Amino acid sequence: METRDLKLDGNAIGGLMLELVGSDLTAAISVCGGCGAHEEMARLDVYTGAGIVVRCRHCEAVMIRIVQGRGRSWLDLSGTASLQLDQ
Amino acid sequence: MVFSRGFRGKRRTGPSDRVPPGQYLTDDFPVLSAGPTPHTPLEEWTFSIQGGAEPVSWTWDELRALPSEEPTVDIHCVTRWSKLDTTWEGVSVDTLLDAVEHDSAYAVAFCDGGYTTNLPLEDLTGGKAWVAYRYGGDELDPEHGGPARLLVPHLYFWKSAKWVRGLSLRDEDEPGFWESNGYHLRGDPWLEQRYWGD
Amino acid sequence: MTAEIAAVNQETPRVRTLELAARGWPGHRAGQHLDLRLTAEDGYQAQRSYSIASAPGEPLALTVERLDDGEVSPYLVDEAREGDRLEVRGPIGGYFVWDGDEPQPSLLIAGGSGVVPLMAMSRHHAQIESRAPMRLVVSSRTLADVIYREELNRLTAKGDGFEVVHTLTREQPPGWTGYTRRIDPELLSEVAFPAAEAPRVYVCGSTRFVDAAADGLIEAGYEPGWIRTERFGATGS
Repeated sequence: METRDLKLDGNAIGGLMLELVGSDLTAAISVCGGCGAHEEMARLDVYTGAGIVVRCRHCEAVMIRIVQGRGRSWLDLSGTASLQLDQ
Repeated sequence: MVFSRGFRGKRRTGPSDRVPPGQYLTDDFPVLSAGPTPHTPLEEWTFSIQGGAEPVSWTWDELRALPSEEPTVDIHCVTRWSKLDTTWEGVSVDTLLDAVEHDSAYAVAFCDGGYTTNLPLEDLTGGKAWVAYRYGGDELDPEHGGPARLLVPHLYFWKSAKWVRGLSLRDEDEPGFWESNGYHLRGDPWLEQRYWGD
Repeated sequence: MTAEIAAVNQETPRVRTLELAARGWPGHRAGQHLDLRLTAEDGYQAQRSYSIASAPGEPLALTVERLDDGEVSPYLVDEAREGDRLEVRGPIGGYFVWDGDEPQPSLLIAGGSGVVPLMAMSRHHAQIESRAPMRLVVSSRTLADVIYREELNRLTAKGDGFEVVHTLTREQPPGWTGYTRRIDPELLSEVAFPAAEAPRVYVCGSTRFVDAAADGLIEAGYEPGWIRTERFGATGS
């Protein structure tokens, strides 16, 4: 069992993002703050550590971190340069 | 609340002097990770302590030649699982810090892959912490932090940084990877210090 | 929202379909999933995501595989019964969806329980009487593990451009003439539509399965942008 077998993708946090942000972001194009790659959120690598870590599949930079506990959520989007939301 | 008849989940509770509040016992060793498993070749691997009077570093062979200990400890993950009587082998952080002249009160552990976690030196000394390279009688598996991880069992296990490569000594307590995004700065499971403000 | 189990159907020894009645369910697209939450008597909660097996407009149904060391799946497959309640959130997913409004061929590649969202797509294809070619490649351990086996036979028999290719990786029945190995680039190049047709591809299963299949297709000349993937983590055949 390797970590690369355990990693998921942005589909797995679709419900969570819907809850946090009010929008289904799985098809939203994200821009990596590390390398500038454009990918739908569904195509990003999602790791479950103590919290959730979303990484660019090209350069592995951390794009999003999420921690949840005691009725609060901490959402760090600083590694995501931009999110394209369809309206 | 919508109760699902018959659902129990797998968790077991345990004696309250061994299992901190809000924790459940597990027999597995869940693999949790913030990123892909790094694979640094041992001939390139070093452990270093920076921020003291002079930087100090050990190669893999040098680390393995240091006197080691075999602690048996309980570990507690902030995601609520606890595992009792885990067995390890590693070098006490006291041994490593003895090689450095410093007057710092804090450290940041840094790791392959970029993970960091902060600890007061008080939590790293006095026999409370190790750089561990064996677990359960075997070399530490890469998925669990091998070749070596920090082991600080009296705090939540996110502080026991996998793939540790060194300590950076600091004058202030600087939040690491998780501490800067919601997890508690110190993380004492007996005080249930999981999140900011706990 | 609250959902009640309306019906239960054993698909294979380890796999069961649960039909759910959820008041206020807004409907869904083929390929979407929902998040399911269970609460024990003492307040303990567990949450998991499950792909929706039913086509749009059909009664909401999930197909769940029992993972031996799982916490939720053994409950859903072995214990849960009609009338039991759980909470669902969804539908979720705007990327791994097939609406049937594009004419190009669709190649669906399933590893074990990864067939569930692809079955929703297959059912939708039949429901809208699509004539666009759709080929479902399913990897299972044994014939007994093939989920929806009879329905897949029926859908293939309709002759509307829907085909199924099976590979049985662990054990095959006597006389089996199909594939007997894990999906690899060579197998993919034999079953995939020609790259010139610019097909749409959907791959679902364990992470290892999905990543290997996607890489194999790219090796066979497919554009990465044609391939949509959904990783289920460490499970699957």
